[in-house]
Amino acid sequence: MERFQTHRGVVALLDRANVDTDQIIPKQFLKSIKRTGFEEGLFFDWRHLPDGALNPDFELNQERFAGASILVVRNNFGCGSSREHAVWAVRQGGYRVVVAPRIERDGMVVPGFADIFANNAVKNGLLTIQLDEPVVDEIFELVARFPRLEATADLDEQRLILHLDEEVAFHFEIDSTVKDHLIRGLDDISLTLARERAIADYERAHPDAIPISPDR
Amino acid sequence: MGKTLFEKIWDSHVVRTFPDGGALLYIDRHLVHEVTSPQAFEGLRMAGRTVRQPGRTVATMDHNVPTDDRDEIKDAISKAQVEALEKNCSEFGVTLYGLGDARQGIVHIIGPEQGITQPGMTIVCGDSHTSTHGAFGTIAFGIGTSEVEHVLATQTLRQARPGTCGVTFTGSLSPGVTSKDMILRLIGQIGTAGGTGYVLEYGGEAVRRLSMEERMTICNMSIEGGARAGMIAPDDTTFNYIASGDRPFAPKGEALDLAIAAWRELPSDPDAVFDRTVTVDCDTLAPQVTWGTNPGMVVDVTGVVPEPGEVRHVSPGDARKALDYMGLIPGTRMTDVPIDTVFLGSCTNARVEDLRRAAKVIKGKWVASSVRMLVVPGSEPVRRQAEAEGLDRIFTAAGAEWRFAGCSMCLAMNPDKLAPGERCASTSNRNFEGRQGKGGRTHLVSPEMAAAAAVAGHFVDVREMM
Repeated sequence: MERFQTHRGVVALLDRANVDTDQIIPKQFLKSIKRTGFEEGLFFDWRHLPDGALNPDFELNQERFAGASILVVRNNFGCGSSREHAVWAVRQGGYRVVVAPRIERDGMVVPGFADIFANNAVKNGLLTIQLDEPVVDEIFELVARFPRLEATADLDEQRLILHLDEEVAFHFEIDSTVKDHLIRGLDDISLTLARERAIADYERAHPDAIPISPDR
Repeated sequence: MGKTLFEKIWDSHVVRTFPDGGALLYIDRHLVHEVTSPQAFEGLRMAGRTVRQPGRTVATMDHNVPTDDRDEIKDAISKAQVEALEKNCSEFGVTLYGLGDARQGIVHIIGPEQGITQPGMTIVCGDSHTSTHGAFGTIAFGIGTSEVEHVLATQTLRQARPGTCGVTFTGSLSPGVTSKDMILRLIGQIGTAGGTGYVLEYGGEAVRRLSMEERMTICNMSIEGGARAGMIAPDDTTFNYIASGDRPFAPKGEALDLAIAAWRELPSDPDAVFDRTVTVDCDTLAPQVTWGTNPGMVVDVTGVVPEPGEVRHVSPGDARKALDYMGLIPGTRMTDVPIDTVFLGSCTNARVEDLRRAAKVIKGKWVASSVRMLVVPGSEPVRRQAEAEGLDRIFTAAGAEWRFAGCSMCLAMNPDKLAPGERCASTSNRNFEGRQGKGGRTHLVSPEMAAAAAVAGHFVDVREMM
């Protein structure tokens, strides 16, 4: 698995909440049997006009965000389908980090990312950072004010640093297991296969009554 | 303290716990389809690994398959994906219900149908609507392709332990109001991220009275409320479903009796505590229609398109974008919104009972001349059963198209698509922008409401037709 330790890059803004996986990568790009080439599908329907030309009104097509590798969005990014293609598209589209707000409202928490998307991100070395809503609002304002603003995501220190004349740093929380996996670039399957004995023990204690086979 | 249904199943599937509270969970059933599996099989091949438990794995093709002409897949890329699944299943020894097989269908329809889905199991699939199987009292959730590869190789998954949320549906449904309306109302209430991080357990008197088909509709859309899994405690309705029909992988005779005795232990204990609870009142529930671009943007059919500033869980800016995309003006009565297309299908609402209920509404009537209606059974067994009951002839006599089984226009990966601007009353699960075709406008409804809209040419309160 790809490691993530620190990353510095230009910050891009996508001022939308509930960006679903159908928007991140529309279905026509899910037919590939390869793991590469998904950048072409990233935000395809938003990036293009009906005649196929680039849509100048779509935020991420703007020159100020060209080459950006840190994407800041609104809450519940990646909701919808389980397609890992969405993470592949974001990653292959040049992003290493996505930042979204965690909102607490009326005693309810609205997370920055949908569960399956966040899970898939870890497997592909894409760092998802949740920050409190006012902090994300502040980042939106600063990036709007200072085009080509760069930031560094330091996973070990759990800090997102904005490189203004005077640096501004925000601390972020992250699941310790996710952090460990990303920093060490661990291969989940190898780790699990190292516990093969425990799996075999479980299987002996829980035999399958009616296995699936073509003949039944 | 007692345990919830979720806790009982989780605890009995732990191979190993980790200090962070997560666990390596054993996976009883792994369902596979053509879209999210090719890279996983390729990963196994490159690492020289095998499928650990082919007997716990079953594959079908549903997302890409044509529903009109079955002889040939004309789209070369779709065809390559379907052929990759055939090759992978044969190479790795996985049972495949492919195109032309009598059991082919949408993966979440054939699991229960074949008796593969049973109470107390853990079930995963590279598809977010795996939550459907929770209707049988299982922990069932969607996973990404890396996790598909992990399950193929190890028959386990490392998972963080989610919270539990009890959802109680009180009261009873009026005629014409369905389980689709129950789940749409819930999502409207909690928002599309309201269940993120939780497993929802649906209960209450209204749920107890539902058939298995109706329960599956509710659990199916758990993910639209952000929850990876939703579940319903098994009861006699569940056991009767499993014991009935031709379900080759369900236990029979004495084995079934023993299994039922064990399954009766699964429901949440009376003193079990949920991390969170939500209540939805069914006495006042009206048929629901979505107006926007996510399933939480929903109103009563008797209601109007809302003002951007009065939409729960959505900022006015995002609500305005949704209204623009949908081409709707605030204040418009939902019953004044005309439609072009009706899609009756998907893993949410394409079981034979769904088709029967829609057929009842449409029988002896005509689909409005301005409307095209597509009826796509969820599986080939559903299609044959419907044809044996004459449902296909009710639909075709009304002017609807009767198709072969597949996901079809729910996500439009096959040729069944909306044109830009086309407005659809759909029994599927997602009204995202472009979901049913670029520029297409989707309104989610129940099968009854879809059939009623087909006849009227616009949304109508199906209760008036009962």
